[in-house]
Amino acid sequence: MNQDIHVVVEHLRGQVADITYVALAAARGLAAGSGGSLAAVLLGHNDEGLAGDLGADRVLYIDDPALADFNPEHYAGALTELISADPPRCVLFGDTSMGAETAGILSARLDLPLVSRCRSVDTANGALSFVSQICGGKILVEGALPEPVSLVTMVPGHYQPEEGRGAVAPEVIQTSISPRVAGRVTFNAYLEPAVGDIDISSVSVLVAVGRGIANEDNVEMAEELAEALGGAVCGSRPVVDQGWLPTTRMVGKSGKRVKPDVYLALGISGAPEHVEGMSGSELTIAVNTDVGAPIFDVAQYGSDVDLLDLLPVLIEQVQAAKEG
Amino acid sequence: MNIVVPVKLVPDLVEDLEIDESGITLDTSWLRLILNEVDEHALEQALLLKEAHGGTASVISLDGEGVDDVLFSSAAKGVDHLIKLTGLEFGDDLNNHAVARLYGAIVERLEPELVLIGVQAHNDLDGSLGPLLAEYVGMPYVGYVSGITVTDGKCRVLKEYPGGLIAEMDVVLPAVLGVQAAEAPPRYVAISRIRQAMKTVSLDEQAAADPDSGGGPTIDSMFKPETGERATMIAGDEEEVAAKIVDLLGELGKV
Ligand SMILES: Cc1cc2nc3c(=O)[nH]c(=O)nc-3n(C[C@H](O)[C@H](O)[C@H](O)COP(=O)(O)OP(=O)(O)OC[C@H]3O[C@@H](n4cnc5c(N)ncnc54)[C@H](O)[C@@H]3O)c2cc1C
Ligand SMILES: Nc1ncnc2c1ncn2[C@@H]1O[C@H](COP(=O)(O)O)[C@@H](O)[C@H]1O
Repeated sequence: MNQDIHVVVEHLRGQVADITYVALAAARGLAAGSGGSLAAVLLGHNDEGLAGDLGADRVLYIDDPALADFNPEHYAGALTELISADPPRCVLFGDTSMGAETAGILSARLDLPLVSRCRSVDTANGALSFVSQICGGKILVEGALPEPVSLVTMVPGHYQPEEGRGAVAPEVIQTSISPRVAGRVTFNAYLEPAVGDIDISSVSVLVAVGRGIANEDNVEMAEELAEALGGAVCGSRPVVDQGWLPTTRMVGKSGKRVKPDVYLALGISGAPEHVEGMSGSELTIAVNTDVGAPIFDVAQYGSDVDLLDLLPVLIEQVQAAKEG
Repeated sequence: MNIVVPVKLVPDLVEDLEIDESGITLDTSWLRLILNEVDEHALEQALLLKEAHGGTASVISLDGEGVDDVLFSSAAKGVDHLIKLTGLEFGDDLNNHAVARLYGAIVERLEPELVLIGVQAHNDLDGSLGPLLAEYVGMPYVGYVSGITVTDGKCRVLKEYPGGLIAEMDVVLPAVLGVQAAEAPPRYVAISRIRQAMKTVSLDEQAAADPDSGGGPTIDSMFKPETGERATMIAGDEEEVAAKIVDLLGELGKV
């Protein structure tokens, strides 16, 4: 048992994910409070080069061919050994496709408490605490990070990734751990996202539609508006899952991150998974009949009129303004 | 192909959420519970696989308001076996570790080839059910799954990463998969068919074991986030709102 803080590095095809720097930024404060040091835990194969800008005191590197690509079983296997051999005070992951399941498996396997979706972690007089968001960010929950060891997953948006980058390359310590591979899960290949469609991350005016658009036919009105504005239509996950828009148009955690000059959010509630992808927009205008919808916390301007009433009028007015 | 779908009811976020007097839990008196949205996708995926390969599909739920409706509507969609755990309800301060252990005991008895479960729920403070359950029953887990093909006792899954990238993985059965999206939108079922299921299908009610919440954190306080600056609301009807939006777009040179 020691007081160290570990951050498990998330990387995909040679690129460290932003959430890792967010977690490192959060972990820095924890390590200061716990009196331990901050270690980035890098799992991979021939991936030592990714260690350079990790803002940690040292990097614990586990190199194995079985870790060349993310595999929940192999990651959990390697981390089981690392954590059991010398348990740190706290292990941070991203609340992501890689981090959430790895942390969950370890929590059950090692009987270690897991606190997921933390916005922030803090320390006062050596006592480590968390603030986690539940119910789509409508409720926050505060508590102590359980002793002696706790697992944490972090959501983005509350620490700057830049704070998790280091100016000097940390020492890399290669461990002798190899994941015990049970062979139950095998990585085969990456399937690339479809190409050929426009790239919504480089469009300056986005008309974004959510479930409030109600049906596929109404999407046409959004298309018409986007066309009049020289922009493009994108949407929330449910709209894409319904097949009303192609996957390439999804904004958010599982979709694209966009930073347009104008983001017109129509019938989108503003779930954290959506906001993650659009909070960098220059100007957000939200239209949602529910005045309490979280999207109004993100937007600069809003209206609670019915989007289906608004769209025809707006299209007409935009067209008139362009002609005028 | 026998498939089990454990489901979870969660607070409907459209409603106002209130914190109760204890300050560490939601006030359940006004709470409206709905089926976790990704569980609907897990259920749909189970039905698609059942249609392709035969076998049975079972749904497991804890008790609670609205649970019977969820169970009967899944029967109307094609689920064979409805299991309701009685004696404990959603909202009873059960964490996911406890629910995973309760569901795990049933999964072990049913011995399915696949357990399909929603990848997460918005109130998973102590981790999502899927990986916890998988580990308790000793099965492999892969989450964020949006495609599943089964051939020769092996399962090929599509796992989502941000930006639309997908990893194709093979998973040995039996396995627990955390479903993000089914291969088709969840099917609609008419109320009349749900009513019919209520008359013809029976609920398999089983008494829940004593819950074990070990493995989750304790909560000191629950509160609502301070709202930062809220959007300036544009007054008026759609004509006026459209005019203001056109003004805003005009200022940025977009019209
Ligand atoms: C692991 C994971 C990853 C996810 N990734 C993403 C992601 O990348 N992108 C994403 O968007 N979501 C993602 N989600 C889903 C996310 O949690 C939300 O469920 C989703 O963003 C909600 O979409 P929505 O706002 O369109 O729908 P809803 O939440 O249903 O909101 C619809 C809104 O429309 C309003 N409305 C209805 N009718 C009208 C009308 N006529 N006029 C005006 N307003 C109206 C309603 O008041 C409501 O607020 C993910 C979820 C999970 C679990
Ligand atoms: N197969 C299982 N099904 C249900 N619960 C289990 C199972 N295995 C372990 N548990 C529970 O998980 C907790 C941790 O178990 P263990 O990992 O064996 O220490 C204990 O409370 C067990 O009751």
